[in-house]
Amino acid sequence: MLIEARDLVAGYAAPVCGPHSLTLACGEILGVTGPNGCGKSTLLGALAGSVRIFTGTVRRAPGLRVTLQTQRQPRVDGLPVSGSELLALTGAVPAGLPDWLAGRVSERLDHLSGGQRQFLHLWACLQAPGDVVLLDEPTNNLDQDGVEQLAGALRARAAAGAGLIVVSHDADFVAAVCDRVLSLEVRR
Amino acid sequence: MNGNLASITGLLFDPLFATPFLTGLAFALLLPLLGTYLRLRDEWLAALAFAQTAAAGALLAMLAGLAPLFGGLLAATGVAGLKSAFERRNAATQGAAYALVLVAGWGVSVLLVANLPLAERLGHALFDGQLYFADRQHLIAAWLTLAIAGAALLRLSRTLLLCHLFPDFFRARGRSERRVHLAFDMLVAAVLAMATMSIGVMAAFAMIFVPPLLAWRWAGNWRRALFLATCAGLGGYLLAFVLALVTDQPFGPVLALLFVAAAILSGLAGRVWGAT
Repeated sequence: MLIEARDLVAGYAAPVCGPHSLTLACGEILGVTGPNGCGKSTLLGALAGSVRIFTGTVRRAPGLRVTLQTQRQPRVDGLPVSGSELLALTGAVPAGLPDWLAGRVSERLDHLSGGQRQFLHLWACLQAPGDVVLLDEPTNNLDQDGVEQLAGALRARAAAGAGLIVVSHDADFVAAVCDRVLSLEVRR
Repeated sequence: MNGNLASITGLLFDPLFATPFLTGLAFALLLPLLGTYLRLRDEWLAALAFAQTAAAGALLAMLAGLAPLFGGLLAATGVAGLKSAFERRNAATQGAAYALVLVAGWGVSVLLVANLPLAERLGHALFDGQLYFADRQHLIAAWLTLAIAGAALLRLSRTLLLCHLFPDFFRARGRSERRVHLAFDMLVAAVLAMATMSIGVMAAFAMIFVPPLLAWRWAGNWRRALFLATCAGLGGYLLAFVLALVTDQPFGPVLALLFVAAAILSGLAGRVWGAT
């Protein structure tokens, strides 16, 4: 077992989500869905250790390397960093990128479209050496082809042994990609 | 033409000017590199506050009978440590805090220079950027700074970029952004303090601000940005040193104005050629 959460209640100044229990095993893709405000992103943050846990527990396998990609995109306007330099930061390589992006990795990030940048960030996180990948709304800004390429990349990563948790409002994407789905409701 | 070039080269190798020239050269190599990373967080006011408090610290140290270099370093790194306390505040609060430190540093320095004859000569050197007063001690300190800070920057480089571009990844791997920012702020403060002692407050600030501004606009990737910033810093420095020498003007303002002209030209060229 890579991650196990029991009766987890997490939030910021006050609890936002929970109690929730879940497990994640090697090679598994767990989907997390629910309406806006139900705490999907907060749950992901709590599993990554960056959000306050009020009650319950999160147990991680010893030495677990977690990768987290939230919806918060860093500012890249005017930043002279190329796509291949971005990938190298997490230890990812461009080999295997979709054709529409592979030819543009030597360009600056601010010369790429929002969708291309989103896919590069996801690729950098998916290809980074690690055991668990946590993705928050990964299909944002991606067109249909991008979503399909992402689905393939997620399955390939899981097949290589990683555990993945994908938060998404896109029910079709979650149903197509995930092995199990955890549906959250707004906390009352 | 050849005669003019020979006389300029002769000036640079004149023992009287060689020490100041080599002292400034070390900072012309280091400050643009540091500024390229500093630009990631856009905290220019903080950088200027470091330089200004370094000047005030140097003056106070001299009056206390201590080495100005020691006082400058202590004041600038102290402010860098204090800055860490504002790490979680919003940008407006941070900006206000740095502006207050900057104004306080300037106020203390000018009052000391105005009222104490002992502080006057050093004060003018710090504000006007009188590189020509640099001696052997400054030279050794400058190249030691280049070696130590260069090695530290090499070590911090990937971490600073990762921290900026993948903040969630960075935190999820159990690493502290705050510690990285503190280490970098300390490095910037220490280097600016050392540079302020030799080339003056505004020249040090211009050197850390303008070459990276040009490089970020024109470079196609990060490696090229570092290379371009270094070239711009070196080119501007060489030109300013020679111009100031030939026209008998203080080095700092000549360098600052040259860099401002380069930034304006770069902006105009960017509009014509559509650079970022």
